[in-house]
Amino acid sequence: MATAAVAHADPHQLRGLAAAAEHAGPAPKRIVTAYGFWIFLLSDIIMFSCFFAAYAVLSGQTDGGPKGSELFDLRSVTAETGCLLLSSFTCGLASIAADERETTLFQLAMALTCALGLAFLSLELREFATLVARGAGPSRSAFLSSFFTLVGCHGLHVSAGVLWLLTMMAQVTAKGFRADIRRRIVCFALFWHALDIIWVAVFSVVYLLGAGQ
Amino acid sequence: MFGKLSWSAVPLDQPIPMAASGSVALVILAVLAWIVLAGHLPYLWREWITSVDHKRIGVMYTLLATVMLLRGFADALMMRAQQAVALHSQGFLPPEHYNQIFSAHGTIMIFFVAMPFVIGLMNLIVPLQLGVRDVAFPTLNSVGFWLTATGALLVNISLVIGEFARTGWLPYPPLSEMTYSPGVGVDYYLWSLEISGVGTLVAGINLVTTVLKLRTKGMTYLRMPMFCWTTLASNLLIVAAFPILTATLAMLILDRYLGFHFFTNEGGGNVMMFMNLIWAWGHPEVYILVLPAFGIFSEVVSTFSGKALFGYRSMVLATMAICVISFMVWLHHFFTMGAGPNVNAIFGIASMIIAVPTGVKIYNWLFTMYMGRIRFTTPMLWSIGFMVTFLLGGLTGVLVAVPPADFLLHNSLFLVAHFHNVIIGGVLFGAFAGYTYWFPKAFGFRLHEGLGKAAFWCWLIGFYVAFMPLYVVGLLGMTRRMQHYDVPEWRPWLLVASVGAIIILIGIAFQIAQLVVSIHRREELRDHTGDPWDGRSLEWATASPPPVFNFAVTPDVSGEDAYWSMKERARRQGTSDDSVAYTDIEMPRNSPTGFICAFFATIMGFALIWHIWWMVAAGAIGAFATFVAFAWRDHDEYVIAADDVARIDQANLAERRAVMSGAG
Amino acid sequence: MNIFDPQGPVAAAERTILVDSVAIMLAIVLPTIAAILGFAWWYRASNRRAQYQPDWAYSGRLELVVWAIPTLTIILLGGVAWIGAHQLDPARPVEGTGPPLRIQVVSLDWKWLFIYPDQRVASLNALTVPVGSPLQFELTSSSVMNAFFIPQLGSMIYTMNGMVTRLQLRADNEGTYQGLSSHFSGDGFPGMMFDVHVVSQLSFTDWASKAAGSNQALNAESYGKLARQSIGDAKVTYRLDDPLLFQAVATQHIPAAPGPSPDQQAQVSPRSP
Repeated sequence: MATAAVAHADPHQLRGLAAAAEHAGPAPKRIVTAYGFWIFLLSDIIMFSCFFAAYAVLSGQTDGGPKGSELFDLRSVTAETGCLLLSSFTCGLASIAADERETTLFQLAMALTCALGLAFLSLELREFATLVARGAGPSRSAFLSSFFTLVGCHGLHVSAGVLWLLTMMAQVTAKGFRADIRRRIVCFALFWHALDIIWVAVFSVVYLLGAGQ
Repeated sequence: MFGKLSWSAVPLDQPIPMAASGSVALVILAVLAWIVLAGHLPYLWREWITSVDHKRIGVMYTLLATVMLLRGFADALMMRAQQAVALHSQGFLPPEHYNQIFSAHGTIMIFFVAMPFVIGLMNLIVPLQLGVRDVAFPTLNSVGFWLTATGALLVNISLVIGEFARTGWLPYPPLSEMTYSPGVGVDYYLWSLEISGVGTLVAGINLVTTVLKLRTKGMTYLRMPMFCWTTLASNLLIVAAFPILTATLAMLILDRYLGFHFFTNEGGGNVMMFMNLIWAWGHPEVYILVLPAFGIFSEVVSTFSGKALFGYRSMVLATMAICVISFMVWLHHFFTMGAGPNVNAIFGIASMIIAVPTGVKIYNWLFTMYMGRIRFTTPMLWSIGFMVTFLLGGLTGVLVAVPPADFLLHNSLFLVAHFHNVIIGGVLFGAFAGYTYWFPKAFGFRLHEGLGKAAFWCWLIGFYVAFMPLYVVGLLGMTRRMQHYDVPEWRPWLLVASVGAIIILIGIAFQIAQLVVSIHRREELRDHTGDPWDGRSLEWATASPPPVFNFAVTPDVSGEDAYWSMKERARRQGTSDDSVAYTDIEMPRNSPTGFICAFFATIMGFALIWHIWWMVAAGAIGAFATFVAFAWRDHDEYVIAADDVARIDQANLAERRAVMSGAG
Repeated sequence: MNIFDPQGPVAAAERTILVDSVAIMLAIVLPTIAAILGFAWWYRASNRRAQYQPDWAYSGRLELVVWAIPTLTIILLGGVAWIGAHQLDPARPVEGTGPPLRIQVVSLDWKWLFIYPDQRVASLNALTVPVGSPLQFELTSSSVMNAFFIPQLGSMIYTMNGMVTRLQLRADNEGTYQGLSSHFSGDGFPGMMFDVHVVSQLSFTDWASKAAGSNQALNAESYGKLARQSIGDAKVTYRLDDPLLFQAVATQHIPAAPGPSPDQQAQVSPRSP
């Protein structure tokens, strides 16, 4: 497989190579599913990059309203970050459990992931509620619009992830570790880790840079 | 209870939209009634609506495109008629109606004609060319199609209930903001495109994965037919560009629904950001459409010249170069914003650089014809018509990429003529070439040649008569989207242009006649061999129409032009080896997921447009429940036994041999 | 409005670039079209004299030519674009015979307001300028985007609320020309054509002093009325009461115009009768 991949990348080798380097045929389903999901994640990251770009353009446009440094509570955000990073770890445990077909460990790890995800969401919602109560809602200024959209879009992804997570727990309970369900678990894990990566970017670009301004 | 929706949303007092939409609704109801009464509904449901077969989905995409082409063309006729009469007068369309028509025309033609047409052809053909049995994600493929259809449906609902956007095919703020467009028109636009955009993204992910991960044995990248390469490039662009559209329209939605300030005049919003974002999607979109067309022309020119494609590797390189550079040129859509000379010059030159690989492609087709044996079938006529027309479109395109020339021509009818020149002459001619070329593969019989050629000549002549005058009138200073005007010198040219639109109308009539006549005479046009054109790639190696599993035994490829070399080998050896070992084949089961999902998406979209919040929640819950129910299935595949495969395949081979020996 | 009949140096230079670019491209496009039609005809299947080589699909030398021709053309045109974009940058000063004239342009729904801050006058839907003077435009919008364009003088440019774009033109011949908005701006958009009167320096001074005595005053209040949506407004000249009016609009001290009023909304939304 590895040599075949090299041959694809380098057309000049193609002619000289023996039949062993020829393309072997369609990839197995496990690979295809994960590959397709990766491509989806890349496109999702492009969508986030638009919201990042909008935030970068508009972050100075406070329209006389509050700036980021007057609004952000870094302690709460650090707690959020901790929840999410930890949930990535428990999600990783769930993946290992799925590979080993350990139902109990899987459900436990998923439940923990869910709890951490919900903790993250409740901290985020509390932050949003505080901001709105202080008159710094999304319609206050372009800066706040782009802030709420970027962070909120990530929050929506986490919420969707929690729904998906619960569905996966129910599926494993009802059906066990069938091949198709394990493929979905792989996709879910990819999704959850990708959200983590995006959050790291949000944390640095929005909160750390914003608090310093 | 029903948000902003009330009876006043139905334009009972306006004759033109009421008559138009009323008759369309009647036709739809009549067709539905016929389907139900004649007992076709179970067949349709089983074989088409719930089908996850890439061929069926491809056909449905193409059907959607052709139906919407009629709608979009009706808009075009009204615009031409209005501008033909609106000198010193209001014409027959008031501004609020005319503005909806040009907005709907552009939106429909790009999103619901050109897009589904090329995606349909890619869906239909690419798995066959790759020698595989299906796409990577068959059920998602169906979801993607039905979401696209949802978008098209919402656009058409706006004819009867409420209004469509009056802001052009790209709703530039602040005009599209709530302050200046308080009606539901822009909301129809936004939700239609958000929903169909998800469908397109799904199709893109599916096709990228298919090309990269599902190829038959021996089908290395550099043995793929050109159409597969352009499909790959086009779908990579979809995956990279459509999220930008989704995000940009989402920002406009937030502005309009929740009072955000992304693009508003107030609160520090930034209009220029909308233009940058929308064209960061919009320019790649142009290549999403035209690259598959380039692929079709490559197949057609090579097949009908009886030669391998000249400079295959150059073509691959050119395709991928266009794919990459298309992301670096978006600013040429607004040179007149005053960005400064360096920015304008750099983006102008970047835009011109795309002309290099495109020019290379033209020369490669030219040298494919060189020393060939050219058969002038309808697809070949479309291709030659394209090469000549597209050169002119490319010329005017490079011209408007020169910033000082653009300062005179931007937004004028010259620009309108330019992009119709490349979209009709490139994308649409390509789609029609592909439609005629692959029709026998999809349905098992060829299209009538005479009527096809008549349609071609009408389209070609009609195009020149309709759009050359628009170039001229653009040079006379006429800008686009004018509902009326007071400059008498423009009038004659606009009259000529409307004659051109009528010639195109005759071309469309010929196309409809061609379809009807061909269905009627399908027995004499039957393709028994599976290879009606003496083709070169693997889609011709199987029967027409192909069995559900495409290939009884998936082919083993040993070079470029896979099927051509198989035929050559068989010719040399004098016989073909028909003794094959058949095995059981697993195929994905049909699923109503796509249709039900689209049903809920339609409800959600409609409810969002009219601010009916309980209905939005109901739609969202329904859609989620559909996915869970789908995920709960225990059997998503079924097995076709080796005996059945053998029976089907032997029958096809026998039919082919009978014709061959009869002919030989 | 013919852009092949330029009346100023900017339009003339842009026309030259336009014509030159077309000529450069035609030099390769026309032979290519001829070759396409020629090859297609000569290599038709029924022509027994034509050579048929089904396997001929590569020639390194031809490939080189195939890449070289478009590349060379684009290098040439790229040079034209680079030089042109710099020389004809809309904000670049234009030389002239007379004294430069500052004009501030505000696009309104759906009419044009031209403010002459130095002359303390303003006019609606008609632009009067002296022949030969460099015309220094600053442009903004009261509400939605528009583009300011006088085809025979050259270079269109967008107008946007809260922003100022700059454009420099010159008119070389007296006469009346047409200007228009070349960016769609809503229902009244086609009515946004305006007359451009190019007059002698003396007549311009006359016109300005007459306008300064106008009994119509332009200030924040009358501007507020003007900014409301309307179609088919008469050509009016004003004396300019507030010389900083343009700055107030451009910096949004005067907020953006309101768009359709509620009763207009009832009329135009969702569908007007």
